[in-house]
Amino acid sequence: MGRYVARRLLQMIPVFIGSTFIIFFMMYALPGDPVRAMMGDQAYDPAVVASIKKDLGLDQPIIQQYVTYMGNLVQGDFGTQIASGRPIADIIADAFPVTIRLTIFAFTFVSLVGIGLGIVAGLKPDTLRDRGLLTLTLFLVSMPSFVLGFLLQYLLAFQWKVTDPTVTDSENWGQLMLPAIVLASLSLAYVARLTRTSIAENLRSDYMRTAVAKGLPRRRIIGVHLMRNSLIPVVTFLGIEVGNLMTGAIVTEGIFNVRGIGVEIYEALSRREGATVVGIASLMVLIYLAASLIVDLLYAVLDPRIRYA
Amino acid sequence: MPDKTVEKVATATGEPIPAVATDAGPAATGKPRSLWSDAWHDLRRNPLFLVSAVLIVFLLVMAIWPSLFTSASPRDVENLARDFRQPPQWGHVFGRDWLGFDGQGRSIYARIVYGARASITVGVGVTVCVTILGTIVGMIAGYFGGWIDTLLSRMTDIFLGIPFLLGALVVLNTFEKRSVWVVILALAFLGWTQIARVARGAVITIKQADYVVAAKALGASTTRILMRHILPNALAPIIVVATIALGGYIAAEATLSFLGIGLTEPTVSWGGDVSTGRELLRIAPHVLIIPSVMVSITVLSFLMFGDAVRNALDPKLR
Repeated sequence: MGRYVARRLLQMIPVFIGSTFIIFFMMYALPGDPVRAMMGDQAYDPAVVASIKKDLGLDQPIIQQYVTYMGNLVQGDFGTQIASGRPIADIIADAFPVTIRLTIFAFTFVSLVGIGLGIVAGLKPDTLRDRGLLTLTLFLVSMPSFVLGFLLQYLLAFQWKVTDPTVTDSENWGQLMLPAIVLASLSLAYVARLTRTSIAENLRSDYMRTAVAKGLPRRRIIGVHLMRNSLIPVVTFLGIEVGNLMTGAIVTEGIFNVRGIGVEIYEALSRREGATVVGIASLMVLIYLAASLIVDLLYAVLDPRIRYA
Repeated sequence: MPDKTVEKVATATGEPIPAVATDAGPAATGKPRSLWSDAWHDLRRNPLFLVSAVLIVFLLVMAIWPSLFTSASPRDVENLARDFRQPPQWGHVFGRDWLGFDGQGRSIYARIVYGARASITVGVGVTVCVTILGTIVGMIAGYFGGWIDTLLSRMTDIFLGIPFLLGALVVLNTFEKRSVWVVILALAFLGWTQIARVARGAVITIKQADYVVAAKALGASTTRILMRHILPNALAPIIVVATIALGGYIAAEATLSFLGIGLTEPTVSWGGDVSTGRELLRIAPHVLIIPSVMVSITVLSFLMFGDAVRNALDPKLR
């Protein structure tokens, strides 16, 4: 087990370097200049621009810039935002908890409601209940989050006035509820469908028939025999979804005006602030990799037949 | 569409599943159907498939020939006197004021009609690119194995590590003018990994099959083995993933355009219209809601289509 984790951690390093380098490369090697963007329309002296660039290290070759950047990042130095002059670590420290809160909220929603609906549908495949839930999830999947977001914002906040249209206090769980539901909807629908298929398939398996024939109580058959086997693909999917939920927050935070990582990254992009974008993106890649490692380790818990050497 | 008699004949001759009919069926019933004709047989009678196919054909016609649906221009101001507060004229079906006007006095109906082209082109274009690229990478990795597989698989992992939406934002943000082709290439650049994984898995299973060994023993070239023996047999899972992904790419394009980092003017796009209708949500919600609904209907059609194709091609999931 320990060796397996160590090996997986080592394997994560090239993937992390590769993913962040691609993002870094796209941010810096492609056209667009943050220093000139900062100058705006005012007249500027090319020499001043050149010296600012030199100070920021933007005149060096791209590989050199990447190595310097990553060297600082590993030591916890995210750099400074060019436009505001604030350390990027501070910006992340302010915005990250907000997004984490939103993501955790949405993730809980996805796991509980998604798996719940999947179980309800999967235990009675091809009944009216199953078909109804499948149709519902199909509708949810076909609504991009901005469609659902605006629809709910319009109905709940403007028409019926039950919620606030935007989030004014990101610590308020009640206010975060609507953005979390919107963020969760797509993953929730996928999780429900996946759980449903998995359960419906395993219901017909030999070990289920054996368990029923042995006369085990229904709770044990479903809760232990069926669930443990059916949840493996769902757990895999949930692990991957953590990363998608965090990037999906870019849209949801924009709609509901939540001051999280999504809004920061969006604003940084429009100002071509490479350091901010790459810093946040690196964190997201790291979270994605960590989540997929945790998922792999969870397999052994769910299925004792899987052993790690 | 098949008429009743054809369907009846098909049922009568096709009732026992071909695989069973070869040894178990007392009376062998005609030729056993291939996977593809079996799938087609299933699809023809699936209402989900028929409904989605009709919707998709409708959208395709709209994308190819928008002037068939409206004489109004999507870019010109069609309404100078009255403003966007005027609600849609539900009675004026297909008229330029049918769905009302947006904040700049342009006909929403015309913009819906002309916006279909961008959405469909991006969806289909990305799917085609992703399928070709992913299949090539997956086939090479799966067939040759060894260090080639390790290299390509690590590359796939690296691209999988980049969050899709974030990656797309970063790539597209570097372009000033973003046409349909820029968006297609950017999304394909980031999206090929899923197909590559599926193709690799399928190829690894197939390359151990007896017919591949036989082809090798007969001295068939690698290209011939890959194109004639492996590709046709690996195609089913690839097509399943690709058709389902298509709807997702349409949604992704709409989301990016909504964020202002997708298609830019003069391309008419539903996502862009949602974003311009945003400030009117309180006073004239239809400006935003109509293109939103249109995006959803389109994604839904392709998802239903993909679902039906998957059920037909992958009987295990039934």
